[in-house]
Amino acid sequence: MSNRASSAGGIVIAALGVAALIGVPYVVELFTLVDVAVYCILSILALSLAFVWGYAGILSFGQSAFFGLGGYAYAMAVINLGESTVPVLAGILVPMIFAALLGYFMIYGRVSDVYLAVITLTVSLILYHLINSTSGPEYTIGRARLGGHNGVPGLPPINVPGNASAPLDYADTFRLSLGALLLVYFTLRAVIASRFGRVLVAIRENELRAELLGYDSRRYKLMAFTLGAGIAGFAGVLFASWGSFIGPSVFGIAFAAQVIVWILVGGLGTLGGAVVGTVLIQYLTTWLGQTKALPAMLGLSKIDPSLVLGIVLILFVLLVPSGILPTLRKLLRSRQAAASA
Amino acid sequence: MDYAAIFVIQVAYAIASLALISVGLAVIYGMMRVINFAHGEFLMLGGYAVILPVQAGVNVWFAMLVIAPLAVGLFGVVVERIVIRPLYGRVIDTVLATWGLSLLLIGLASAALGYYQEGSKPPLGSVVIGAYRESVYTFFVIGITAAIMLALYVGLKRTRFGLLARGTMQNSAMAAGLGVDTGKVYAATFGLGAALSGLAGGILAPISGVVPVIGATYIAKAFITVISGGATVLAGTASAATLLGAVNQVVTFLSTPVVGEVALLAAAIILLRLLPAGITGRLFRGGI
Repeated sequence: MSNRASSAGGIVIAALGVAALIGVPYVVELFTLVDVAVYCILSILALSLAFVWGYAGILSFGQSAFFGLGGYAYAMAVINLGESTVPVLAGILVPMIFAALLGYFMIYGRVSDVYLAVITLTVSLILYHLINSTSGPEYTIGRARLGGHNGVPGLPPINVPGNASAPLDYADTFRLSLGALLLVYFTLRAVIASRFGRVLVAIRENELRAELLGYDSRRYKLMAFTLGAGIAGFAGVLFASWGSFIGPSVFGIAFAAQVIVWILVGGLGTLGGAVVGTVLIQYLTTWLGQTKALPAMLGLSKIDPSLVLGIVLILFVLLVPSGILPTLRKLLRSRQAAASA
Repeated sequence: MDYAAIFVIQVAYAIASLALISVGLAVIYGMMRVINFAHGEFLMLGGYAVILPVQAGVNVWFAMLVIAPLAVGLFGVVVERIVIRPLYGRVIDTVLATWGLSLLLIGLASAALGYYQEGSKPPLGSVVIGAYRESVYTFFVIGITAAIMLALYVGLKRTRFGLLARGTMQNSAMAAGLGVDTGKVYAATFGLGAALSGLAGGILAPISGVVPVIGATYIAKAFITVISGGATVLAGTASAATLLGAVNQVVTFLSTPVVGEVALLAAAIILLRLLPAGITGRLFRGGI
């Protein structure tokens, strides 16, 4: 029953997605289109963490570091090469290799949950310091300057594969971002439904039992961690191409926290929740950044986004620990049960 | 010769400052198995608890050694009551809640105090060692860190509170069964950890200045030191700070501070591959 409902839900999402992919660029303004594109891109990052944390049970608190590495790898490669096909692949592969190495030390060392969370976050923070210290002209990769705290501006956008003179315009970028989001979402659904995904969930539920049944939990977790890093890196590539820019703030603690908040608000252990949480929180922080009435009412010049994120994070952990989507589902189910009784 | 002396002093200072910024975090982690993600902001609050009174004319030593630990310690007790206590036993949720607290404090500090750098002059002047000049404050930081560690050792080993705290740490159910109010012990320990963080933030404020986001510059090193040390508060902090501080400072001498930090992280990750529960998971077991 619930399986059939979930695959029906999948078909609905796919149909809506394809309709949006074709229709939306004709209907909405360019400005909105650019906004929606970045929501899609950030949702891909959220999905990568929803998978790694929610399904594989790996507390990758520095997931944004892989996003940043992907963005930087794309930036360095595309400035040197001019054509975007190889840079896109580099933006996926570099974070995967990095994650495989880092994950080997952590997962094969069998460090505990909290240790892993702290190490991944620390890695992100140290990358932040490292990139920030590369302002000088001597820090270059080929023809590309790393740019330190100023970031890397003026990146060429992704082009039609093999044809550098055909860069994507705004509508194309939107289509690419939404298409990528749908692709990642359905790929992850398939992965979770596969044998590999079911073993991952078994390990999340009870690692010792899974190992006693003969599964090498370390191998599965490392593979999930590496896959998640590749997806986050892909999102980073799209982000760098979308804004023609990548800067060190993607490695900062505020951004790392933001990704965690997206997942918690939407609901850990779901994929849809990650997208819902991302859109809600991003919309909220953007709106609070623009509105003048509310800060004036509180006697402030503006509302600091970390203030809002902090309050949301504390409230959700204390009051809605399972997140919006699972809470709604539970409500709906109890309503249905009451109706049928 | 004088170069060697400076080198030794710098390494000692790196080790001391690493132990200083980590010890409050280590107390809370050792007792509750909770990594306090708001640790950096406790240090930040300690910094403001020195800078603001000093600007209002209070003696800098009084602000540093009395106001900062007291203010942040009391704040820690309140935080424990409101945010930590409802989440006992849910380690990950506690970590997340303290992360929320961290963001909230950054936001509040930015709104209330602005983003600009607050500074105050390091007291005590400097001494000349051969061709080099070293701030006397450096020696003060090394000395006071040693004093804090010693006081903590005596406090945990010789006092009644120390005994109850260690008992609760080893087996909280047993301690409760013997009539210890473990809730109070947890609250007091969290307060103690916060007070130590406030003290550390206060001591470092004259050197580094204070901004609302300064916590982020400390926590990477503090986190790594505490988890490399493991769950044993003093032995863990001391051994990890010694190892990682030395690695950090030697590499900093050879290249730049940022590369030193990367080396610190790399050393810690390799260490954890070999000793996944930290140094004290294997060595110095049963210490404090």
